[in-house]
Amino acid sequence: MSETPRETMEFDVVIVGGGPSGLAAAIRLRQIAPDATVCLIEKGSEIGAHILSGAVIEPRALAELLPHWHEEGAPLNTPVTEEQMLYLTENGGIEIPLLDRVMPHMRNHGNYIVSLGDLCRWLAGRAEELGVEIYPGFAGAEVLVDDSGRVAGVATGDMGVGRDGEPTGNYAPGMELRAKYTLFAEGCRGSLTKQVMAMYNLRQGVDPQTYGLGIKELWEIPKEMHRPGLIQHSFGWPLDDRTYGGAWMYHFGDNLVSYGFVVGLDYPNTWLSPFDEMQRVKLHPSFRPYFEGARRIAYGARALSEGGIQSIPRLTFPGGALIGDTAGFLNVPKIKGTHTAMKSGMLAAEAVGEALATSRVEPGSYTRRIKDSWLWDELRTVRNIRPAFAKFGMKGGALYAGIDAMLLRGRAPWTLHTRHADNEVLEPASVSPKIDYPKPDGKITFDRLSSVFLSATNHEEDQPVHLKVRNMSLWKTVNWDVFRAPESRYCPAGVYEVADEATDPHLQINAQNCVHCKTCDIKDPAQNIDWATPEGAGGPNYPGGM
Amino acid sequence: MKVLVPVKRVIDYNIKPRVKADGTGVETAGVKMSMNPFDEIAVEEAVRLKEKGVVSEIIAVSIGEAKAQDTLRTAMAMGADRSILVETDVVTEPLAVAKVLKALVEKEKPELIILGKQAIDDDMNATGQMLAGLLDCPQATFASKVEVADGAVTVTREIDGGSQTVKLALPAIITADLRLNEPRYASLPNIMKARKKPMEKITPADLGVDMTPRLSVISVSEPPERKAGVKLDSAAELVSRLRNEAKVI
Amino acid sequence: MTVLVYLDHEGGVIRQASRSAITAATKLGDVDVLVTGPDAAAAAKSAAAIPGVKKVFAVTDTTGNSELAEPVAALLAQLAGGYTHILAASSATAKNVLPRAAALLDVQPIPDIVAINDAETFVRPIYAGSALATVKSADAKKVITVRASAFDPAPAEGGSATIEEIALPAGPGGSTFVATELSKSERPELESARVVVSGGNGMLNEENFKLLEPLADRLGAAIGASRAAVDKGFVSNEYQVGQTGKIVAPELYIAMGISGQIQHLAGMKDSKVIVAINKDPEAPIFQVADYGIVGDLFTILPQLEAELDKAG
Repeated sequence: MSETPRETMEFDVVIVGGGPSGLAAAIRLRQIAPDATVCLIEKGSEIGAHILSGAVIEPRALAELLPHWHEEGAPLNTPVTEEQMLYLTENGGIEIPLLDRVMPHMRNHGNYIVSLGDLCRWLAGRAEELGVEIYPGFAGAEVLVDDSGRVAGVATGDMGVGRDGEPTGNYAPGMELRAKYTLFAEGCRGSLTKQVMAMYNLRQGVDPQTYGLGIKELWEIPKEMHRPGLIQHSFGWPLDDRTYGGAWMYHFGDNLVSYGFVVGLDYPNTWLSPFDEMQRVKLHPSFRPYFEGARRIAYGARALSEGGIQSIPRLTFPGGALIGDTAGFLNVPKIKGTHTAMKSGMLAAEAVGEALATSRVEPGSYTRRIKDSWLWDELRTVRNIRPAFAKFGMKGGALYAGIDAMLLRGRAPWTLHTRHADNEVLEPASVSPKIDYPKPDGKITFDRLSSVFLSATNHEEDQPVHLKVRNMSLWKTVNWDVFRAPESRYCPAGVYEVADEATDPHLQINAQNCVHCKTCDIKDPAQNIDWATPEGAGGPNYPGGM
Repeated sequence: MKVLVPVKRVIDYNIKPRVKADGTGVETAGVKMSMNPFDEIAVEEAVRLKEKGVVSEIIAVSIGEAKAQDTLRTAMAMGADRSILVETDVVTEPLAVAKVLKALVEKEKPELIILGKQAIDDDMNATGQMLAGLLDCPQATFASKVEVADGAVTVTREIDGGSQTVKLALPAIITADLRLNEPRYASLPNIMKARKKPMEKITPADLGVDMTPRLSVISVSEPPERKAGVKLDSAAELVSRLRNEAKVI
Repeated sequence: MTVLVYLDHEGGVIRQASRSAITAATKLGDVDVLVTGPDAAAAAKSAAAIPGVKKVFAVTDTTGNSELAEPVAALLAQLAGGYTHILAASSATAKNVLPRAAALLDVQPIPDIVAINDAETFVRPIYAGSALATVKSADAKKVITVRASAFDPAPAEGGSATIEEIALPAGPGGSTFVATELSKSERPELESARVVVSGGNGMLNEENFKLLEPLADRLGAAIGASRAAVDKGFVSNEYQVGQTGKIVAPELYIAMGISGQIQHLAGMKDSKVIVAINKDPEAPIFQVADYGIVGDLFTILPQLEAELDKAG
């Protein structure tokens, strides 16, 4: 197969990924270097198809990138008008008073509730107007490195390869997109980023990255229950004190509600199922009334980076840079990463613009530009909060966060560190308390497969499994014998199933259900699962509003 | 020989359409759109005829809103040589579409017009037949095999319970069924090249066609949900019910 | 109002679907019908016996021209003068002919109706049945195909219509009938079968899946499968019924050991009668099944075959 010669195209810059960071970088590049050729590829079937976020966004970076965004019709239509932080107990809850003082990072005045997918679709339109070539439906499958050891672009995946790895009648080889500079904008836990980090040892000397899994549903609710501009967050029930996470609910648009749940992937209990936690919180009296008589429209899930600046790797390497959440620019206490992702993309574009002009191998000024920007100040200020939750538990963490915010104002002379990767902290099934989740009622709560149906996920069926288990016998001795197949619970799409549990337990992988959240790549205890890009255009097709 | 291939932009076949809460139609905002799958088969067939040397030029045409140009780019990436966008925001009904196509056929003089047998949005299954009627030329619908030789085209058609073969003099209309071929991918190099292929933009008015729909949509609703029936105790009872109550065996 | 119905027949016997179209037509007005083909004389007789039919036009043709859309559409357009509505059951034949006739009449056809609200207003599925559209026609004449499953068939006996032999007009020419080949395979195609027997995860393995064949043979059914069965390798991809497989709407769908995930339901929920056999009483398939049996399918399967043999 690899014998078939691949076609090649040369660009000044190739960007892998059409999310907020990649699109912002593309736009900025053409603004500052109008003659530079910029090509952006996206593995989703269209821009926005794989974008999943809350999302409440801060328009700061957008305003720097496109000052006339409002006049130009950017889809930021619902300003935040009211916000609540709820501490839940099983049947009740309290609203945290004086929110803006205890949790100042939660202050959302001036922010907007948006569909990030719609925002990306709009940004893509602006990028195309500026002359960026955008090709959705093509996944970056391979990093190209030249003889000098410089990243020289990426190759898209072959299309029309059968399940057995042999070409089908419809085989079309991938294409080499060669570039002077390549920006990886793959979002959290990018598969090419993972290779680049290993190749250039980019994670040396930084904390392990730690992650969360966000699972989201989009609902259309009865008009009388809709309060556009209201945002609610919860913590506490049903998670125990050792597990970070909580729910969100945002009212926006045309009777739409974005509801979702984030679980820190450093959770220890192997029996925990983020999907079922997400489902059961809908039944809590604080949320349930909104779902009565409502209609679920869409479903999806995506991992996010929670490590903060302690976990940000070296950002540049010969021939390129990492931007957005694949580098880990999410502001966890704010629960926002769009403005930071866009800002990082813009700064990388400026560094690449300079490198293009001076023919430098590495766009090294990107790191300095980041450290000189508001982005770095912002992330530095909140650096201890998420690690405090890991160190002191949910209640202790919340207390620390309050102290950090009110007394230390983010200027603590110490920095808390993440010592262990998320896959290392899972505890064996024998010592983990089992969790009894309610059965789905089919009206407010649902099972995984009917949920995946609403993500409009599709993969060409005749293709190699893109979730690669390196060593199947390790699955049996580690995942099954010790942890009782945690992947069957943390996967929000029902990809992993244990077959013949009683007689000869083995792992069945329903790869075509995969919503590309990347959790298995992160949380598998033995790091035995590799998430590779499937054939381009595969994966979810999140609709407008998601 | 020239071939004309009309293509339609529709909600992608992987997406389950959602009826709007106000019952005015199906939500299309922000929904992934693609080329109608039967039209992909039509394009593929035209491209294969070109690869065999039977066809010299393939013209793709789409009638619809400005974004239908994406669909035409896909057709050109698959192998169409040029394209025509007939831009209109009006709901496109087969009768009006057939009139637009008739005008284009008279202008471009293709000898073969290959269409998808139906669009998967309105499920009309009518445009090809209507175009043939308006042009007063022979038609072969639901094609599963197409052979062009000696100024005629022989088409195997899918009919209920089997197949039928007809031979048509040119110019002729063919509508493509599922089994005619498996369409190729629009590869990235070909998508890049398609950006440079010519696309002409006109309006129905330029062709003197009135697009006013004949059907007005009163409402669109979700189909009624199926209800659970009865649980039976034995195979005997099941067979008896199927035979005497449901009358399906 | 008077309605002309173009009937399908097989060897002179009017198809049941066409009798359903007659039921739909009687809701609109007086009904005349048209039959064509080499056996048109016999077909005319059986059409004349259907209650509600006033007059039968018969075109006896042995040239094969009545198999072609061009002359039949021309004939319908010719006859249309006296009618407000032209109907046919949705079949490959009608879908070939009626839109062409509609074009000759400058009418936008209304395919696949499932309900008649009034003489101008009809309900039809769109997006493969994901939605129902109610549409009102502004055309003076209506050209309509009818989803047979939505209307009970008119009785085959009891009427006494008059029969008039007419001739097929010359079509535009250029189209020649070559041959018809009916498929010889014992098993009907999944998508057009009248009965489908499908197996799922509950079939357990490839060998067991073959146990569905005798049942399918007895019912003249096609065999289908859920995605779970395909994923586990019991059968190949082309058997898959569901969102990413084939969409079927047979008169009878029997789901054996299929739990009824929404992806599967999306591919078969428009079946007229659904039977589910599953050992899990909570399986979602029972929420859409008209008849269900909770139990071990390997016990029930042979019983079912025996019952079919007994009475059949």
